Amino acid sequence: MNLSKEKYITSTCIISQQAIYKNDTLLYQNTGTASEFLVAAYRHFEVQYPKFFKMDNLCKAGFLAAEILLKDTSVTNYPLPEVGVVLANSNSSLDTDIKYFETTKDFASPALFVYTLPNIVIGEICIRHHLKGENAFFITETFDIPFIQQYVSNLFNNNILQACICGWVELLKDEYKTVLFLVENIAAEPALPFTNENIYKTYKVDNG
Amino acid sequence: MSDLKTQIIAQLNLQDIKPEDIGNDQPLFVEGLGLDSIDALELIVLLQQHYKIKLSNAEDGPKVFRSVRTMAEYITAHQPTNA
Repeated sequence: MNLSKEKYITSTCIISQQAIYKNDTLLYQNTGTASEFLVAAYRHFEVQYPKFFKMDNLCKAGFLAAEILLKDTSVTNYPLPEVGVVLANSNSSLDTDIKYFETTKDFASPALFVYTLPNIVIGEICIRHHLKGENAFFITETFDIPFIQQYVSNLFNNNILQACICGWVELLKDEYKTVLFLVENIAAEPALPFTNENIYKTYKVDNG
Repeated sequence: MSDLKTQIIAQLNLQDIKPEDIGNDQPLFVEGLGLDSIDALELIVLLQQHYKIKLSNAEDGPKVFRSVRTMAEYITAHQPTNA
């Protein structure tokens, strides 16, 4: 039975333009390339996960945003097969595809090859937090908010998920914008109804 | 072996590890440095790229890559004279 259920945005995280926000509050700012910024932010937030350094920049951005998004939340209290991840971007894994292609002219890099799919960022987040729920990665020209809202809502309405990390994870060279939402079926503070309008307001908060 | 450790760190992007953190006989995989199967492929690339050595028999991998010392011994025994 497909009944519409209440769904709330209980946490947000934005990584864009050399700044990191959680729930609209600026947490961190720095300078440097995308790679330099993400590594500096990793150290600033004292994350302990050595595999971070092996990730490509797209995964670093998504992984770091998920770390900040889920901090002080109780998302892992849900049955982990009912916590999903639904992400999107426009450039897929092109940033790493280009780097990998360059290595094929000499010695093709296995470590780069494994990041030549955009959904690897979902895998990195799921491995870190032991999430086992439904996941999908969509490639769209721009962040298609109505589509993502409807897709995630359907997963809740069909009792497939109780919580979901969703949003936009984009990175190409030194241009990046990650906007993640934690969506739950309970109104944990600070909760906003999971609507197109509220997603849009967060997505546009940095005017990026 | 210090140079080899530096090359391993660079090849595997082990940014939080210094050469002196890696023991000569410390296991590289699982309980030691915690390397994985992709790292094993990168070590094969390292041998080929830096030392012109092709690991011809995949079954030798676990023995060759057991530690920095076993890698160094394999390189010494197989390095082409003009490399």
